[in-house]
Formats: sequence, structure tokens, C-alpha cells
Amino acid sequence: MSAAATTGYLSRILFLLDHYSISFLRGAGTSLLIALVGTFVGCLIGFLVGIIQTIPFRAKDPLPKRVLLRVLRVILSVYVEVFRGTPMMVQAMFIYFGLMQYAHIHMGMWTAAFFIVSINTGAYMAETVRGGILSIDPGQTEGAKAIGMTHFQTMFYVIFPQALRNIIPQIGNNLIINIKDSSVLSVIGTIELFYVTKQNAGTYYWYFEAMTLAMIIYLIMTFTCSRLLRWWEKRLDGPASYDLATTDTLAFTSGMTRFEEPRAEDEDELTNRDLGKGWN
Amino acid sequence: MAEAILEVRHLSKAFGSNVVLRDIDFDVRPGDVTSIIGASGSGKSTLLRCINLLETPTAGEILFHGENVAAAHVNEAAYRAKVGMVFQSFNLFNNMTVLENCTVGQMKVLKRSKSEARETALRFLTRVGMAPYVNAKPRQISGGQKQRVAIARALAMNPEILLFDEPTSALDPEMVGEVLEVMRGLASDGMTMLVVTHEMAFARDVSNHVVYMNHGVICEEGSPAQLFGDPQKAETKEFLARFIRG
Ligand SMILES: Nc1ncnc2c1ncn2[C@@H]1O[C@H](COP(=O)(O)OP(=O)(O)OP(=O)(O)O)[C@@H](O)[C@H]1O
Ligand SMILES: [Mg+2]
Repeated sequence: MSAAATTGYLSRILFLLDHYSISFLRGAGTSLLIALVGTFVGCLIGFLVGIIQTIPFRAKDPLPKRVLLRVLRVILSVYVEVFRGTPMMVQAMFIYFGLMQYAHIHMGMWTAAFFIVSINTGAYMAETVRGGILSIDPGQTEGAKAIGMTHFQTMFYVIFPQALRNIIPQIGNNLIINIKDSSVLSVIGTIELFYVTKQNAGTYYWYFEAMTLAMIIYLIMTFTCSRLLRWWEKRLDGPASYDLATTDTLAFTSGMTRFEEPRAEDEDELTNRDLGKGWN
Repeated sequence: MAEAILEVRHLSKAFGSNVVLRDIDFDVRPGDVTSIIGASGSGKSTLLRCINLLETPTAGEILFHGENVAAAHVNEAAYRAKVGMVFQSFNLFNNMTVLENCTVGQMKVLKRSKSEARETALRFLTRVGMAPYVNAKPRQISGGQKQRVAIARALAMNPEILLFDEPTSALDPEMVGEVLEVMRGLASDGMTMLVVTHEMAFARDVSNHVVYMNHGVICEEGSPAQLFGDPQKAETKEFLARFIRG
């Protein structure tokens, strides 16, 4: 059947699916990859910035340390304000064309996309992480300090895992926003789902039909991601109940205490545990 | 008399213009169980927190085996590892199980192996009666149980001295006993303890030294027999009378 002879809404959609599904899927894959990488790197940036902004410093600390921290904090708050206060679409063109015209750097499609989404997400996550860290009961920090943990150890083993748990919903939000908002990158020629859809639609002027497909694909991607994140959250909470270990005091002294063997993911040291799960 | 582990000298602490501790002096010797009593707001917690460097003293010295730990160059973390602290609000790590709470410090601060840390943790958890709960998270156990785990966590670091800040004040009445029981056991085993408490019976029966604080100064101190049986200062008499009346 030729395109011209295809008239109904459904049959046009079927036609598009038949002829362009590969191109739609590629576009969707690109959008998803940009969102995933951008969110992941953005989270790393956010964590780093959030941490630096919550390092406590006291009058007792040496002067260079205090000066350095202050300067760093000012720079970081400027970064956060600028990227949260401007639209990503404008940022994309600003950076992409700015670099091209004045630094003669031509960013590839992927580099540009990853860079812009990451740095944008980073600005949002920095605030979220900062809030997440500050929301943890100061008693947790004191408990850690009281057993001799350094600031870094306290953060890494006690505060982050809890802060991370609290900000997963925000990470999820950012991922979903990024899946959708990667569409603005079409203005710098990133061939993602929206770009592809427009192109395919333009071929026959079937905008409604093509956008229907785009709507459905975006929805599938965002819905799946939000479900996966929900599941991840549950898993981090651990089991709702615990088993009493059968400790035979006598057997114990000879090293035969029986307590539940750690679940598989607990095998590696505490070091990699909760936090590790967060990074992956 | 044995060498003091801890000597507090002319310790003062102010928050802004609010002077909370004034010229505090006292010693802790190995095996001492010192109770600090006094009205709310008299600076007991602040004193304990200064000793543990959770607060920076405004003036004065804290000598730990003769070394002033309040000095600028001191490694606070290393010092705190030798001085255990049990808080009113437990402060167990919410992201870890009971066992992990008791092993993380040993592994990360004392660099003990995982198996050694587990063994030590289990020994102290058994001692406070919490070994069966190794897999529980803090939110899954009662207040009294949390406090016992917190004590095991502190003990697992093999501290030279253990500080308690009103360890039973946040507990329901029926759970106070189990925690005091553990503390009594520690005292009779010769653990050096500094205990801020409102449990006068504990102060009287378990400690060998009682310090009464009032408005940021040590008003009176002495053996429990002296302080409870024959208080010298009017403030002390009044405080004790108020307490006994309830
Ligand atoms: N971080 C702080 N900033 C300002 N003032 C503080 C701070 N911590 C304590 N204070 C003040 O210091 C005084 C002593 O407080 P502290 O907590 O040491 O008393 P306390 O004897 O432990 O009382 P309680 O029996 O109620 O626990 C109080 O007046 C309190 O308001
Ligand atoms: Mg107090």
C-alpha cells in the first residue's frame, strides 16, 4: 500500500510503524541513553557539589582551608543558580554555538547532549543532595564521630546512604524529566525521539499520527523508569522483618554462633554496600 | 592513687554570650564511676560533649593521659575512638543492622578485620543481651534495646572511658531497668564511666564519685555517701530535696 492511499488515522499509524519503526526506536534509544547518562553524571556532579557545600568548617581550621572552601562555595552556588535559572534549550544553543564560534570546538552530537543534560541535572541534584544531607538527624553524625570516624568516613558510611535513600524519588524525577526534556536538544541537531518524529511526520505531513507514536513511546519509557525506581527504593529499605539469630552462648565462644548469613548483595564489605547500590 | 585518665582543667564553654560552663575542674581515674547530676540546663550535656570534643571548649584544658586534647593540632577522631559515648537519643546508624552498627567503627576506625570485628561485636552484643537481634535494623527494635546496642557499639571500640548522657531519659519506664542493669554490670567489671543521670538511685548505689552541677559550675562533689547523706551546700540540699519529693 502506498502512503498516498493510506487515509485513516490508525492505518497511517500502522504505516509509520511498518516503515519507520527502526528509526523511531533508534530515536527513543538515543533519548533514553542521553537521559540515563545525563542523570547518572548529573548525580555525580550533584553529590560532589552537595558535599562540598556541606563540609563544616570552624574557626579552628587553618586559614587556607577556610578561604579555599569559601571561594569554592561561591563558584558552586553561581553554577547552581545559573543552570537552574535558565532553560535547558537556551543553554544547549548557548554552549553549542558559543564553543563553535569562539573556541572553534565542534562538539559531537553525543558529547554535546551528555554535557548539557549532565551539567543541568547536576545543578538540580546539588540542591537536592544538600537538602538530603542536611535532613539527616545530626545525631547520626554525632554517633559516627563519637566512635572516632573522620568527617569523610561519617559522610561515606553513615550520611550518604541515608541521604541517598531519601533522594531517590528526586533522582527518579530527574530521570523522567530528562527523558522528556532531551527533546529540546533537537535544536542543536541531536537525533533523538522528537527530532526523528518531526522528520518522519514531515515526510507526509502526518503530524498527528507521528506525535501519537512519540507520545506512546515517551510514556512507555517514563512509566517503566518510575516503576523500576520504585522497586529499587523498596529494595534499599531491606526486609520488613528480621529473624532472630539463634545464638547459643556456649557455642558462640568457640566461634560457632549462627546468625543469618548475609544476603548475596551484602557479601562485599560494608564499604560498597548501600552506597555502591546507589551509584549503579 | 592511680594516674588519672582524664583531667579537666579550668574548662569553660560559652555559646556566644551565653556562658554555659565556668572553670570546671575534675579528674577521672581508671575504674572510676562518676555520676554528674544537676538541674536541667545546668550544663551537664555540654560538659560531656566538650570532653568528647563534640563541642570545642572556649577555654581550659582536657588532659587525656596528660596530653591536652583541646589543643588545635590534636587528631580529634583518634582521640574520640578511645572515649566512648552513649547518647540519650541512641544515635544508632539507621542504615545499618545491629551487627553492622557494632562492626563499622572497628573496621573503619580501628582497621580490624571483618571476622575480628564480628567476633568482638558479638561478644559485646551477647553481653548486653542483644545477640539475637544482629539482623535487625534500629527502627525495628525498642528504645531499651537500641540503647543496649549503642552501649555494645561503644564497648566494641574498647574505649578507655565511657561517657553516658542521660542514657535512660528517653526510655519508657519499663525499659529503664534493662539499661541500668547493663551499666551496673559494666561498673562492677571495672569500666571507667562518666554518667550524666537523673537516676539518683544509680548515682548513689553504683558510682564512687558524684558531681553536682549548678548553673555551669561544679557546686559540690564527693562520694555518694557524702553528697547524698550529708550535702554541704544549700543548693545541693535543695536540689536533692526537690528530687526526692519528685
Ligand atoms: N548549641 C548550643 N547553642 C547555644 N546554647 C546551647 C547549645 N547547647 C546548649 N546550650 C545552652 O547551654 C545550657 C546548658 O545546656 P545543657 O544541654 O548542657 O544542659 P543539661 O544540664 O544537659 O540539661 P538537661 O538536663 O536538660 O539535659 C542551656 O542553657 C542551653 O540552652
Ligand atoms: Mg543534657
